[in-house]
This record gives sequence, structure tokens and C-alpha cells, in this order.
Amino acid sequence: MNWRRAALASAAAAPVIALLAWGMTRDPKEIVSPLPGRNAPEFSLGVFAPGEPPLARKVGDTIALASMRGKIVVFNFWASWCLECRVEHKDLSFVAQQNASKSVQFVGVLYNDVPSAGLEWIGKMGGQAYPSVLDQGARTAIDYGLYGVPETFVIDASGRVAYKHTGPIPAALLQSKIDSLLAAPAVQSPASR
Amino acid sequence: MTRLLAVDALWFGLIVCAIGGIIAPIGIGRGKQRDAWIAVAQGAVYANFALITVAAGAMMWALARHDFSISYVAQVGSRATPMFYTVISLWGALEGSILFWAWVLALYSVGVVWLNRKRPGLLVPYASAALLAIALFFHVLLVGPANPFHLVSPVPLDGPGPNPLLQNHILMAVHPPLLYLGYVGMSVPFAFAVGAVLSGEITNADWMRLTRRWTLTAWAFLSAAIIAGMWWSYEVLGWGGYWAWDPVENASFIPWLTATAYLHSVMVQERRDMLRLWNLNLVVGTFMLTILGTFLTRSGIISSVHAFTQGTIGYYFLAFIAIVLVGALAMVAGNSDKLRAPGKLDAALSRETVFLLNNLLLTVFMFTVLIGTLFPLVAEAVRGVKVSVGEPFYNRMTLPVMVALLFLMGVGPALPWKRGNMDDLKRKMLPGLIVAAMVATIVVVVGAKSVYAVLAFSFVGFAATMNVMEFVIGARARVSAHGERFGTALLRLIAGNRRRYGGYIAHMGIFVAATGIAASSTFRSEGEATLKPGQSMVVGKTTARLKDVWGREEKQRSVIGATVELVRDGAVYASLTPRMNFYPTSQQPIPTPDVRSTPFGDTYMNLMSFQQDGSSATIKVILEPLVPWIWMGGGIIVLGALVSAWPVRKLA
Amino acid sequence: MIALVTVVVAATLALASPQAVTPPAVSAIVVPTQRSTADSILEARTTEVAKGLRCPICQGLSIQDSPSEISQQMRALVKEQLRAGKSPDDVRAYFVSKYSEWILLAPEAKGFNLVAYLAPALLFLGGLGTIALVVRRWTAAGESTVAQGAVAADAGQSTQPD
Repeated sequence: MNWRRAALASAAAAPVIALLAWGMTRDPKEIVSPLPGRNAPEFSLGVFAPGEPPLARKVGDTIALASMRGKIVVFNFWASWCLECRVEHKDLSFVAQQNASKSVQFVGVLYNDVPSAGLEWIGKMGGQAYPSVLDQGARTAIDYGLYGVPETFVIDASGRVAYKHTGPIPAALLQSKIDSLLAAPAVQSPASR
Repeated sequence: MTRLLAVDALWFGLIVCAIGGIIAPIGIGRGKQRDAWIAVAQGAVYANFALITVAAGAMMWALARHDFSISYVAQVGSRATPMFYTVISLWGALEGSILFWAWVLALYSVGVVWLNRKRPGLLVPYASAALLAIALFFHVLLVGPANPFHLVSPVPLDGPGPNPLLQNHILMAVHPPLLYLGYVGMSVPFAFAVGAVLSGEITNADWMRLTRRWTLTAWAFLSAAIIAGMWWSYEVLGWGGYWAWDPVENASFIPWLTATAYLHSVMVQERRDMLRLWNLNLVVGTFMLTILGTFLTRSGIISSVHAFTQGTIGYYFLAFIAIVLVGALAMVAGNSDKLRAPGKLDAALSRETVFLLNNLLLTVFMFTVLIGTLFPLVAEAVRGVKVSVGEPFYNRMTLPVMVALLFLMGVGPALPWKRGNMDDLKRKMLPGLIVAAMVATIVVVVGAKSVYAVLAFSFVGFAATMNVMEFVIGARARVSAHGERFGTALLRLIAGNRRRYGGYIAHMGIFVAATGIAASSTFRSEGEATLKPGQSMVVGKTTARLKDVWGREEKQRSVIGATVELVRDGAVYASLTPRMNFYPTSQQPIPTPDVRSTPFGDTYMNLMSFQQDGSSATIKVILEPLVPWIWMGGGIIVLGALVSAWPVRKLA
Repeated sequence: MIALVTVVVAATLALASPQAVTPPAVSAIVVPTQRSTADSILEARTTEVAKGLRCPICQGLSIQDSPSEISQQMRALVKEQLRAGKSPDDVRAYFVSKYSEWILLAPEAKGFNLVAYLAPALLFLGGLGTIALVVRRWTAAGESTVAQGAVAADAGQSTQPD
């Protein structure tokens, strides 16, 4: 038995084991989105669920991102068939109402679902504080690089995506993101497209 | 009571494995009271099998009786699930699958010991110890992170049932057991290799001969398992494909490639006593790759269709891989001197060279699939960015290798061992090349556009001709020599040299499957339309008419289906019912396609969506020519392996 | 024998391959694949690009193969962009800008990613070279021993099946 050669050969195991061990610390399902830091993609979508005062909008109205420049926008994708969306629903409405007086706008987007199912869900969940819009053909969802629901985007006053959250977002986390954006100094002119 | 019995059995099994797998070989090595220690190792194998059978039996009993006080049953059991699926959910989730693995390993170990009980020497005792050491790891898992027998208190009244995808098809009963028999079976040649090294028999060719049938058996099971897996995913997953280069598919395929290489290169070793070190590498490597494959699918390190739950089990596997990898590398490298022998070849143009090239191609193939599977991890480590490696990569990189292998499969039979003759070779290959040219022409005329498709079909034609010629020429020789009828001559020919002709039969199986794969990718067509009842759609030569949309309640799920009739000249010749299954535990419905199979091809139908009031349904129809040839080819491959492995009755 | 095989293969392929057929004269027919040539070309180009894009919610399927809704929507977007005159590279760049490189089913062949493409090729070339060297060495060794012991070796060589 050639021990020297055996030792040398078994050293070759080290990089393999190291790679696999490092791999154990990673989550293969977590994909980093390229959107944060860039301009938020433009959208212009029709309201189907009006929300509640003071944030309500009329059914059939169009909400466009460009018209909300200067405000912080919380953009949340959801669906009635999405189990995780139920977890964050109350939190979202709560934070929306808390920040109603500040220049923070909440918009919900229905993803791959029918408006009637969405409205029924809102009713069952006890109402939604902010309006929700329809995204035909999931064009806006694709524009935002959606992997599934729920996903929440926080867009700053200059129209840049500040933060993307995958999965249900806790109220405290959302509020802290909003607060840090509100506290930020007046932004420079928005970056060109 | 069942639970305590099973947990005790597992703990006793762990102790037995520790004694037989670690203490006994040390005792054998010491030399004192060797026979006693050998008996201990052998006894441990039998005892382990008895104990693990108790545990596995207890689990099946608990599943059948819906004993929800046991954690695994609470996880996968449900009163609504039909008994058939309940029983086979033994291998449906992580903990149960580890239990099943341990049982299959124990079964193989008993086979090894029993069939070799009269063999003198230390090889088999050491090999048994190696198998017990592997079993020890799985026992550690079973009493630790993968314990299926945790107590659930308070006892739930019902459970969620197995994953809905695992309740849809009967192949769920077939694919996992075959896969385990194949995968776990690769532990046996490895154990023999370890035994050969420890007993000093490594330089003697006999241990390879002993291993051959075990490797062939495991290989046959693995081949069947891969084909069954392809068939299952084709019928269940609904996209009309049978292979997606998913990490778990790759994990089963990678060791199959090295095992196939071994089955060929071992023939070179037996004839010329060469490639001994290479063959040892292949045997050890195949086993390592099975453990790596299991790790990849159970650690959560790579996302996959088959991904079992993540958790601490990954770390245990990692530790096991580290120990085995270091040990295996050391063992092979440390003994490389003993195995290296100056090789001798009579001529470069010979079957030996073809086998060397075969091994090269299979190794490159294996390496390509391995690097593709691991690259997302490597790229993330180096670049910090996640990348995907999917079908386009694998197609680009492996199609040339596959096509080259097909060609080689036609050249091999045409070249004799030792020394071939170029003129002879050209003469022999001529019929094959003619067939290749004919097939190429036909295929281009019928509409194939891709170069690889044309090459694949024509090389299959070439190689199939060459292989068939081997049978025909051999049988004809017997006819003229012995005056037998052709059929009898053929049978006697095969029986007279089972190994060679079994191999050729397996090759024919590959050709049949390859034709099915090539045809269903090249000549596939599809169409999708929203139909009202009474309306039809046309795809290719098939007219499909929607009859109605219906719903029904089953014990464990709700089903919405569409009845679609296939019509020709006004008459209905087939009726298909693609469905959507709604399970209470699942967010989205699980679609079940319906497939009409004929030897010429499949009509594959999916229910994409429907209106709640049944007024219309969106149907997707895919025409897949020759897909059943893939499953038939798989059967022929297994038949070939069976013929090859069939023991020859020794003349007294 | 060979002719028989060829005929069987040809017949099978001919029967199985799709051919254009005049739809029978039955009322209420919906034909999904009646297209103009331009449409067919666009459809083929869409399929080509779609095969290289990953379905975001599936396990490794392309948006061409996946029956999921989001995949079909992404495919429709691909078609629209191609129709509007974008090149396949532009379309891929768009999806990468939204989903990151992960959305491509084969890593872009540049930078470190080249390792995945080159390593197997290098292994093949290296292996081929090794075999060439080894075969040459072994046949030389074979010839020298043949010269030494040719007579003795010839004795037991019958034409036994292997």
C-alpha cells in the first residue's frame, strides 16, 4: 500500500467536499432579482377592486406608475388561489392605512386569476385597504420578473425599485423599508431610461 | 407497540452493523480467531436483514392500518387514499425511502453472503463487512434525522396523504423499487473491490469475475428504472416529454454511464489482463456517484423535481461522502502500483481499441452530465450569480457523443478481438453503410431537418444492421454446420454464448429506444384549441372532437375531465379523457394527461383549462411518433442483460 | 433481411409523420394550425427562442414545453417582441434584465461559464490523445512479445465463441 500516493489522492477530495459543504449554505430557490436599484418598469392598469377610503379608487380607473412620481409606491402581486397571500393580507392593509397620510401609495395587482375570484377573496378576507388592478396577460408581472405570488416591490419617490420581497412580507419589515425611504434626503432627478 | 418494535429493531440493527461492519473486519485483519470473526460478519448480515425486515414490515403494517401515531404515517398517510397507493407510499417521502434503501441493501448483502458461502478466502467476509459499514450509515440516519418512527401525540385522526403526483399512476409502484435495486446494487461491486483490496486478492482476476453478475444485475435494474422513470414522468407530468435533464434524472443516469463503461472494459481485462486499475476506478466511481446522486437529491443543495425535504440529513450525507471519498481515493491510489501492468495489444485496429473509445465516450458523456448538474453550484461559488443549465446545454454537448456511440456500436461487432483487417472491416461494414444511407435518405425526405436527427437515424440503421448480421451470420453458420433449422440455430447460438449475444440483444434494445427518442423529438407536432362540445380540431392527420366536460367526486380528490373523441372518416376510433385533479392539500390542480399508444406513436392529450359551466375546454394535442419504442427498447435491454447474466450450467 | 428492416422503418416513419390534410367536411371545426407562411416562420422563431428560456415556476422546463399559464404568457410576449422586429438576442436580454441570468436555460458562453462548455471538450481531446499514445505503446509491446514467443502462443487459439 503506497501511503504517500494514497494521501495525495485523498487530498483531491477536499475541494469537492468544500464545494458541497458551501452548497449546503445556499438556497437553490432564491434568485436575486436585477430590479432593485433600477427604474421601476412603467405600468398603467385598470382598477377592479376599489379598496377602502381614504385610499380608495373607482373601479375602472387607471393607475399609472408615472402619475405616482414623488410618492413611495408599494406594489404587491397576489392571487385568490395563493395560500401564502393570506398570511400577509392583514399586514398589508394595516401598513397601508397607517401610512395613508404620508405620501405612500399601495397598489395590489391580481396575478393569473379572474376578477370575480379576486373580489370574492377580498370579501372573505375582510376587505382590502387599497385598490387592486388587473394585469392582462401577466405583462406587468413579467416586466417585474415575477416568479410567483406573493411578491412585493417598494418603489421610491424617484421611480426606482428600492426593495423586492418574495413571499409574505411582515408588517414591521415593510414599515421599516417605508420609513427609511421617507427619511432619505430629497432625491436627484430620476435616472434616464 | 408497532412503533416500539420497529425502533428497537432499528437500534439493534445499528449495533449489528457496527459489530459486523467495523469490529469484525478489524478482528479478521488481526488474524487471531479469524474464523470466528468471519462467522460474526456473516451472521451480522443475516441478523441485519431480519431486523430491517421487521422495521420495514412494521412500517407497511402501520401504513395499512392508518396508525397516525407514527410520524411517517401521519406525514404521507390518509384514510382517503386507496390502499394500493398507501402501501407504496413507503418510498414516497424521505424517511420511508431511507428505510426502503436500507432494506434493499440488506437484501443484497444476504444474497452476496449466501451465494458465496462456500467460497474460501477473506474476500467475501471483507466485502460483507463493507456492505454492513454502508448499512451502518443508513441505520444512523434511521435512528437520527430520518427516523420515520417518531411518536406523534396527540394522534391525528387523518393525514394529508402522499404527494398528489404520486397517486396518479401505477408506475409509482414500479419505478422507485427498480431504481433502488439498481442504485443500491452498485454497492455490491464496490464492496467486492474493498474486499479484494483488504484480502489481497486485488491482483487476482477472480474478484472481477465474481462481481460481473452482480454489476450486470444492478445495471439491468437501473436501466429498467430509468426507462420506467421516463415513462412515468411522460404519462403524469403533462408536458409530453420524458426527459428534462433534471438533477435527479441526471443522478440516476450518471452512474449508469460509468457502469456501462465498466461492463465493456471488463471484457478487455478478462481477455488481455489490462485496464485493471481503470476498472477498479470505474467500480469505485460508480458507487461514489450513486452516493453523490443521493446526496444531491436529498440535501436540498440543488433544486429538482424530486427534491425531498431539506434539513440536517444533508450534513450526514456530506460526512458520509467525505469519509467514503477519502477512503476510496486512498484505497485506489495506494494500490495502484499493484494493478498497473504493462499492456499488450496485437493491433490498433481491433475490438480492444473500440472498447477503449467506447469507454472514452461514456466517460466524457458522464462528465458532461455531471458538470452540467453541478455547474449552477460552481458558478454561484465563483461568480456569485445563479445560472441555469438545462436542455439546450445538454443537447448541444451530448448529442455528438450519443451519435458517436451509436456509430461505434456498429463498428465493434465488425472488428475481431486482437487483430482486425481493414479490408475485412470495410467488407463487413458495407451492408450497414448501405442501410445507413437509405435511412438517411428516407428521413430527410420525410422531413427531418436537423443534422443530428439524420445522423442518429442513419447510425442506428447502420449499427442495428451490424448487430443483426451477427445473429444471422452466426445462425447461418450453425445451419450449414449442423443442419439445424434457422430458428433452432438462432436459439442455440444465443444459448451457446449468452454473454456476447445477450450483449447484442441489449444493443438492439438501445437501438429501438434510440429510434423512439429520435422520432418523437424530430417528428413531433402539436396543436391547441378551445373547443365547445361537438367542435373538433385537427393536428397532423388526427381529428379530435370534444364530446363533453364533466366532473366527479372521488374519495381523495375532485376530478374535472374532458371526453375527447378521435375521429376518422366520421367514425370514432378512440376516446381520451384528460383530467384535472383537485386535491384538498394542493393549491393548484394536478393535470393528468391521457395518452393513446400504438406501436406507431402516441396521441397525447392535455386538458389545459375549462369553463366552470362546462361550456368549453382548452385541449392540447401532441402527436409523438414512436414513443412506445422507447419503453419496448427498455424491455429489450433488460432481456439482453438477463440473457447475458444467465448462469451457464457447469458440466460436471 | 436488410431490405425488410428498411421497409419496416420507412413504413413506420411515413405513417407516423405529420402531413398536411384537408379537413373533412364536418360542421363546427376549429383548426388551430392554419397559418400563412409568415406566421409559420414567426412561430418557428418563437419556438426557437422559447426553448432557451426557463419557466420561472417549473423545475427546469422551458417556456416552450411548460403548460403553465405564466410560461404561455411569456411565450406570447416573446412572439410579440419578435413580430415587432426585435432580434432573438434582444428578447433574451429583455428577460435577463427582468429575471437575471437564471432565466436562460443554457449559460451564456462567456467568461467563467465557458468552463462548462470547454471542460468536456478538453477531457475528450485529452482522453483521445491518451488512447492514441497508449495504443501505440501497447501495440509496440505486443509486437516485441510476438517476436519472442510467437510459436508457443499460437497453440491454444481456436475459434471459440468469446
